[in-house]
Amino acid sequence: MTFQAPPPPAVVLTDLSRGFAGKTVLDHVSLQIPSGQFVALLGESGSGKTTLLRALADLDDEAEASGTFETPESVSVLFQDARLLPWLSVLDNLVLGLRRPDGRAAARALLEAVGLGDKADVWPDTLSGGQKQRAALARSLLREPALLLADEPFGALDALTRLRMQALLHDLVRRRRPTVVLVTHDVDEALLLADRILVLKDGQIAEDHVVRIAHPRAAHHPDFIALRSRLLASLGVVAGTV
Amino acid sequence: MTDLAVRTLDSRAAAQAARPASARARKSARRLTPARLPPGLRLLGPVLLLVGWEGASRLGFLSPYTLAAPSTALATGYEMIADGSLLPHLLASAGRAYSGLVLGVVVGVLLALASGLTRSGEALIDGLVQIKRAVPTLALIPLAIIWLGIGEAMKVFLIFTAVLVPIYVNTHAALRGIDIRHVELARTLGLTRGEFIAKVALPGALPGFFVALRLAVALCWTALVVLELVNTQTGIGYLMNRARDWGQTDIIVVGILIYAALGLASDAVVRAVERRVLSYRRGLGA
Repeated sequence: MTFQAPPPPAVVLTDLSRGFAGKTVLDHVSLQIPSGQFVALLGESGSGKTTLLRALADLDDEAEASGTFETPESVSVLFQDARLLPWLSVLDNLVLGLRRPDGRAAARALLEAVGLGDKADVWPDTLSGGQKQRAALARSLLREPALLLADEPFGALDALTRLRMQALLHDLVRRRRPTVVLVTHDVDEALLLADRILVLKDGQIAEDHVVRIAHPRAAHHPDFIALRSRLLASLGVVAGTV
Repeated sequence: MTDLAVRTLDSRAAAQAARPASARARKSARRLTPARLPPGLRLLGPVLLLVGWEGASRLGFLSPYTLAAPSTALATGYEMIADGSLLPHLLASAGRAYSGLVLGVVVGVLLALASGLTRSGEALIDGLVQIKRAVPTLALIPLAIIWLGIGEAMKVFLIFTAVLVPIYVNTHAALRGIDIRHVELARTLGLTRGEFIAKVALPGALPGFFVALRLAVALCWTALVVLELVNTQTGIGYLMNRARDWGQTDIIVVGILIYAALGLASDAVVRAVERRVLSYRRGLGA
């Protein structure tokens, strides 16, 4: 009988606190995320989820900080806005700062994979919102990150485009298996994509659920429905009031 | 079928005619930003001015001793070109203006880069340029004459200092006003400082630089007029000054027209370059 050791944690947070102007936003958070796990961070506005993500991305110079965290060497960030530089072609945006000899070929292949094969040489501002976000996703994954940090990446997209992007993200992440931390407002998005869902409340982890529903997930699966009402309740929304 | 369509159209037209001035429809179609000018229409104002001016001269409202008619000035200008008396002066003026412009743009951009991208640069440079900004160029003429004499060097130097300021101020502001989201992106992509400057900071500052360049191109000719009133034997300003002594308003008008044409042409060149370089922008008027 073979004994399989659990994968080593990719992300370790120890007593992590962050504050701005004297106000505590993250309050002594400790957390371990195993390598390859897809974690969704849910929480109301101001619960600290974006602060947590920006801490992991090293983008919070101005914060009052204490505690420690460890992340893998290669981290990619997917922002809510695509953040493509308007003066570089889509392809040049993808390979910006990339240190790979085959960078351009790999970028073209990945653009093909996200359905933008014919958009490599156009200006980003000629793309639609969904196309821009697909290009940004391709840029993140091109770096073959061990950790992908996504801050409400589909929050600004229309509902149909969002569904397509969720499927695309799931598909691409499945193949490459990075650890993912996805900040989202959208309970269904978390339920569709995540292996584990954390609910942040007042800067602390209030709930920690492992989602065992098999993929492809359907919103009418009983476990899906049960966990959904649970999560909505913990976010202060009573389901079925409309 | 066709009958029905026609009738629908008819009834719609009738409804429209019945509605008083169809105010509602027009309001919904009103734009918040002006539509783009068709090419050439920008010249409508200048053309009207010329026509009015010519008319006033022909009808005797304007004596040639007060102001020559544009047609007279054009004839004089043509003669001066034909007999070769204009070109040396034009070249002399252009030489001064554009030497000063090139120097001012190069030094202004270098100072803006040093000040916009480094802290020590900003500490050293910014205060100095702001002080220079507060001092009118004309106030420097006496000092410049003492330092550099009354020759070409003095004139080029003063144009250079005049051009330097808008180039520096706008380019510096554009560099400092860089989009924080782009800085964050550069950090998460692990760009080196060199890559950041080349791929993010400089392209981001280019629109500001082009605003500066358009100001500078106009300014170099403006400064020149004044400077060519100071001890010169060549240049458009000199021609105009001499014409004043002789009461030749047609030559003065020729000078004014040349300055205007050069100013417009230079601006058009800068705008054309800008359109090419910033072709990724699709927004208002870009």
